[in-house]
Amino acid sequence: MTGNSILIALVVTAALAFDFTNGFHDTGNAMATSIATGALPPRIAVAVSSILNLVGAFLSLSVAATIAGGLVQTHLVTLTVVFAGLAGGILWNLGTWYLGIPSSSSHALIGGIVGSTLAAAGGHAVQWHGLVSKVVLPAVLSPVIAGLVAAAGTLTVYRLMRGVPDDLRVRGFRIGQIGSASMVSLAHGTNDAQKTMGVITLALIANGSLGAHARAPLWVIVSCALAISLGTFAGGWRVIRTLGKGLVEIEAPQGMAAESASAAVILLSANFGYSLSTTHVATGSILGSGVGKTGAQVRWAVAGRMAAAWVLTLPAAGIVGALAFAATRVIGGTAGTSAVFVLLAACVTALYLASRRTAVTASNVNSEWAGSVTPATLSATTGAAL
Amino acid sequence: MHSWINLNALWKIVVIGLLAGAGLPALFAVGLRALAPRTRKAVPGGAAQEELSGAGTVGGTEPSSGRPGLLSALMAVLCFAVVLAAMGWGIYSIVHNS
Repeated sequence: MTGNSILIALVVTAALAFDFTNGFHDTGNAMATSIATGALPPRIAVAVSSILNLVGAFLSLSVAATIAGGLVQTHLVTLTVVFAGLAGGILWNLGTWYLGIPSSSSHALIGGIVGSTLAAAGGHAVQWHGLVSKVVLPAVLSPVIAGLVAAAGTLTVYRLMRGVPDDLRVRGFRIGQIGSASMVSLAHGTNDAQKTMGVITLALIANGSLGAHARAPLWVIVSCALAISLGTFAGGWRVIRTLGKGLVEIEAPQGMAAESASAAVILLSANFGYSLSTTHVATGSILGSGVGKTGAQVRWAVAGRMAAAWVLTLPAAGIVGALAFAATRVIGGTAGTSAVFVLLAACVTALYLASRRTAVTASNVNSEWAGSVTPATLSATTGAAL
Repeated sequence: MHSWINLNALWKIVVIGLLAGAGLPALFAVGLRALAPRTRKAVPGGAAQEELSGAGTVGGTEPSSGRPGLLSALMAVLCFAVVLAAMGWGIYSIVHNS
């Protein structure tokens, strides 16, 4: 194996690993509300979402190397830059997952790549205007719009449902919830799997394996679709728990209103060329469904913590990406990148092992919320729940 | 300001988003409501309205009959059909969005 093919293999592995974290970090966006209301059993919910993500990844194959287009000067992007950026994305995704915070996988990826590009080529390599107008402003606006739509939907639905027997309401809206959550899963598969396809394509172009305007090759499409689908199936239970139980105590009609709002906002924005963060939209919608129902409890402290994590995502993933790039330079060449890869794998393993100590699984994901993502039965503050 | 925010896209996303994202669940609710046993809202909890196969009067003009009338059922079917069609449009837009 030549140095370059080792490098390509490392980048592709890191990209697929990122895609996997993207899947399990975002399962909750579509399925948290259905799991919380009991519309679907947890394992079935993640299986459905996983299949729909897989299908979604194949539905639209229009993306080539657009993830970084308009954000960084792509001709300055090297394989090492892409690799370091992915390392930033992966670590931020896993860190926030460990804390049960639904932060944006797209922002983690973009932040990581912008950070490593900055470290590699300096400020002129970043298209700041594109970064603000395509990434930052939509991230500020989209949760507000989704929240507004979900609040309006929730308010209307509860008005219309007055006097309708509870059992019919619950049964009906559980079905509606499954339908709307499925749409979100499908849209997620299309949007997010393509982001990783774009990154791998970018790496292949940077390596000269593909022409400048090439489309993603079939093996890239298939492997990315599988990675995000498997990640989704793994079920990011920690994030699902925060979204389904932590933010708002949710009922089936709220769940349907929230997922419909998410699906509508994501699909409409995609029509106008905005690739939004599914996470921001879904979280905004769930908050909105809490605001729209009179008497519903919204835990603003949890929402505030999330918002803080959102603000931090781009710079934090960027810093990790920049550090990872600097680290590859310490040793230099393929050996340097391999060393960072080993370091990355060690960090990933450590986070995973740490998460086992306070595991959130399919069986305790719906436990009563007692102030943190760790279910009360495992934390010190037992007694408040169950 | 316009180079930072596409205001044209923004207002369309808000308005169509409200129509689809909030309107469709509302329509779904209208459909469900039409399927509900006809009852005055004074009935607490609606517990007494369980027996759907009871003495249902065809046509549904009796305010206290246990099953929805033909018009209500048609109304419900129409509502659900529109919701399904909107989902179909959503999938179409995913496939053709390039």
